[in-house]
Amino acid sequence: MDKIIEVRHLKKVFGENEVLTDINFKVSKGEVVCIIGASGSGKSTLLRCLNLLELATSGEILFRGEDILTHDMSNSVYRAKMGMVFQQFNLFNNLTVLDNCMVGQIKVLKRKKEEARIKAMEYLEMVGMAQFINAKPNQISGGQKQRVAIARALSMEPEALLFDEPTSALDPEMVGEVLKVMKDLAKSGLTMVVVTHEMSFARDVANRVVFMDSGVIVEDDLPEVIFNNPTNERTRIFLKRILDDR
Amino acid sequence: MEVDAASTFFEWVYYIILTYWPLFLRGAGVTLLISLTGTIVGFGLGIIIGVIRTIPIDQNFNIIQKGLLKLINIILLAYIEVFRGTPMMVQAMVIFYGAAMVYNISLSPIYAGIFIVSINTGAYMAEIVRGGIISIDKGQFEAAHSIGMTHAQTMFSIVLPQAIRNILPALSNEFVINIKDTSVLSVISVTELFFISKSAAGVNYRFFEVFLVTCTIYFIMTFTVTRILRYFEIKLEGPSVYTIHGSQTVPEAEIRITDRERH
Repeated sequence: MDKIIEVRHLKKVFGENEVLTDINFKVSKGEVVCIIGASGSGKSTLLRCLNLLELATSGEILFRGEDILTHDMSNSVYRAKMGMVFQQFNLFNNLTVLDNCMVGQIKVLKRKKEEARIKAMEYLEMVGMAQFINAKPNQISGGQKQRVAIARALSMEPEALLFDEPTSALDPEMVGEVLKVMKDLAKSGLTMVVVTHEMSFARDVANRVVFMDSGVIVEDDLPEVIFNNPTNERTRIFLKRILDDR
Repeated sequence: MEVDAASTFFEWVYYIILTYWPLFLRGAGVTLLISLTGTIVGFGLGIIIGVIRTIPIDQNFNIIQKGLLKLINIILLAYIEVFRGTPMMVQAMVIFYGAAMVYNISLSPIYAGIFIVSINTGAYMAEIVRGGIISIDKGQFEAAHSIGMTHAQTMFSIVLPQAIRNILPALSNEFVINIKDTSVLSVISVTELFFISKSAAGVNYRFFEVFLVTCTIYFIMTFTVTRILRYFEIKLEGPSVYTIHGSQTVPEAEIRITDRERH
């Protein structure tokens, strides 16, 4: 299969603190990979390293075989191909819903305004937010914001989309609408890397589940294996704690 | 109309307004001209400096660019500290007489006044703008970077518009301060409102009456300015209602939604 992202021996250090240790993993085209693990296990940092929001201390990140840490490709070009959805939505507060989805296309991809508008509408329609194009971010609910944020990322037509705990900041009744959009995306064949605490999503949607603990990848396997027959003791303890709470 | 020492207070005020209104008007005009131009130029300076001073130094810069940026930052910081740290009245003296003596440039007092107010406001606004920029949530930068926007694109399309909206009250402050503080320019004979009032009061030996009128004029100017800027503030906030956009699924939808309180 076509490899999109490959991470080799990635290490990230904050001061004295080693947050990621020797991370190796691959994402192929069309795959949905869920990263699970306790808070502070380094999942978000890993995702942020993939989008260069954090600079890895050492190691390699290959995007379609090109090393992005050595600037084979400009940060801007790479990031346009690697979308990101944040826990706190981070919609541009000064722009309307529609402009949020257009600004990147116009500034980064240099698309014409009309073309950008059509693309933006297409994806806003897909996430069910086309009616709200005139609204400002502070006028819509959290679930709606996150759906717009997804449409914003999709408008750039990235090769892969990274989700950093996309439902963790939402009220419980809004989690469903966002997860539904994500499920549809997964079905459409989009490559996704999702950091999540939604175990049911990981189990039902993911092609692979990665379990992380204290900065290392403990297990990387099919969801059935991770959830039913984890080989590692730490995975078992984590899942037992999480699933018993529900 | 004739007034003398025996005239009442109101007769004097009436006489002063009647006799000196063209002068008061011209003085107020000069005051407004200097403070308005000074505030606008100062605001522009402040934005430029604020933006430069918030450029993050990261791995994308080579050593020469890093050094250059540091040098510029030091110069800008020196400018800010010097002009914030000395009285405008003293700066006016130094610049006006200094230009004449050292460079042999005889500035007209009004241009000198505009120059002094501008660079003075610029020094304050630079810090206000910088504060406005760093107060914008880091998530806005991250989201813009995550779709591939450069620092400059992020700054001008996303961050600065929000920062400017947030610092408008401070800008209105600066404007009001400038209207009042142009009075210190009378030391370099700028014929603004205070200078005119001083002459009018001296001729008639009526300080209370004249300056009461002056006071009123200053207040009318500052109050008008704050109202106008408040209007812009509300304007910039955008409409508190938005219309539901008719779509294929809900073609009849054209509902106005109000969900935000005005304060």
